[in-house]
Amino acid sequence: MRFECHNLCKVYLTRDGSVTALDGVTFAAEQEEFVCIVGPSGCGKTTLLKLIAGLLEPTVGRITFDSDAADGRLRSALVFQEHGVFPWMTVLDNVAFGLEMQGVGRQDRYARARAFIRKVGLSAFANNYPHELSVGMRQRVGIARAFVADPQVLLMDEPFGSLDAQTKLVLQEELLRIWKDNRKLVVYVTHDIEEAVLLADRVLVMSGRPGRIREEIQVPLGRPRNLSDRERPEVVEVKLRIWGMLEDEVRQGLEMPT
Amino acid sequence: MKKTMRLERWLPVALVAGILAVWEWQVSAGRMSALFFPAPSTIAATFARLLTTCVLPANIVATLSRVFVGLALGAIPGLILGLAMGSSSRLRAVFDPLIAALHPLPKIAVLPLIMIIFGIGETSKVVVVAIACFFPMLISTAAGVRQIHPIYFEVAENYGGRLLQVFTRVVLPGSLPLVLSGLRLALNTALLLAIAVELVSAREGLGSMIWFAWETLRTEELYATLATTAALGISFNIVVQYLTAKLVPWQVEREG
Repeated sequence: MRFECHNLCKVYLTRDGSVTALDGVTFAAEQEEFVCIVGPSGCGKTTLLKLIAGLLEPTVGRITFDSDAADGRLRSALVFQEHGVFPWMTVLDNVAFGLEMQGVGRQDRYARARAFIRKVGLSAFANNYPHELSVGMRQRVGIARAFVADPQVLLMDEPFGSLDAQTKLVLQEELLRIWKDNRKLVVYVTHDIEEAVLLADRVLVMSGRPGRIREEIQVPLGRPRNLSDRERPEVVEVKLRIWGMLEDEVRQGLEMPT
Repeated sequence: MKKTMRLERWLPVALVAGILAVWEWQVSAGRMSALFFPAPSTIAATFARLLTTCVLPANIVATLSRVFVGLALGAIPGLILGLAMGSSSRLRAVFDPLIAALHPLPKIAVLPLIMIIFGIGETSKVVVVAIACFFPMLISTAAGVRQIHPIYFEVAENYGGRLLQVFTRVVLPGSLPLVLSGLRLALNTALLLAIAVELVSAREGLGSMIWFAWETLRTEELYATLATTAALGISFNIVVQYLTAKLVPWQVEREG
């Protein structure tokens, strides 16, 4: 599985005219690759994910991929920053949701969901509702749901963005551990450079308003990774390079409030 | 903590008991007119007499049948149209102005018109109750669908959910809390309208009992019937509260 974005543009029409969210985004992603997209807030990262997920249509450009689905769409699973899990379903039903939509029978989908619930350490909470869980636990539910559905592409929109630093570290390691056993193509959006470098094989740096890919950077780290890897000089250099690119964007964003 | 909770719970009961005790005492001391304010013990005795002679049960059944037939005829279409309007902006554009125009009209005021159309019998009474139930159910349900966060629809679409699946797994459960509060409003309105219709034109039912008691100045019957009506209203709310706790566990516990 490989997919390519060709010259993706997205223009939103608003009451006061049009806003260009994305302007000519082109990149490719390979099977089993972990791609992180970093960029300043408002650079159209979420729009890009929704285009790949097929929730939005590009104004210009197209996405090519080889599909195994009957309706010819790219089977993706999107993990949202928050609000992604259904409050009216138990953890078990939430995790099994993707399979339910695919028409998998009750027993089969519960068995498969339980396996992933165990992997994210929520076995004791399978029959609880999301409001009984912490924010971090809810994000685990969202991640388990995405993996269980066995998509071709896993799309993650700052899934740990609203978590405290410690919880974030734990969940990042957990994500890498699960991903090691279920290698999928992941496109992971974040504004956190540290996170991008820790997780990704390749980092795409976006510019803000309108969003473009400014540069692609290969992360000079093998796998498995651990926390101390982030302090290695070649990694620090990569982080500084990314920050160098983003700093101007962030300053511009601050000077030109919209 | 728990002790103060219990105290707060019993305080209203103690308050009502206190008021009744003062009332009873004032009447027996001759300081309050027993004609306008019969003593609570007299009212209780009247209530027991009406209950055992089957006058009260027969009239309760008459009122309840109007309430529930009217509710079924009004709330079910209200639910269906509400779900449709919540989901479709086109339907909203068509029906919103109509509802805005019709909803504020006091439903009891259309009784004469309804009687011209359906005759003076039982049908017109039930129809008025149904019309009154329709609006709160419709408005709450439509609002219930519209307040569902768009993300939930995106999740369903992302996982390839089809229309029927989105309806049963997102639209229905997502709107359920407000549908149930619509049901509570509809039930209260149904009782209100059933009593109002009976006050105006009926030979049986709690409303007609109240009117008859007033015309013959049997105030103790008036009070006994009013208390019965209040008890019905309270039990409706308890039943819907129980239903809500059973059907919407994710919402109730959050509030608790």
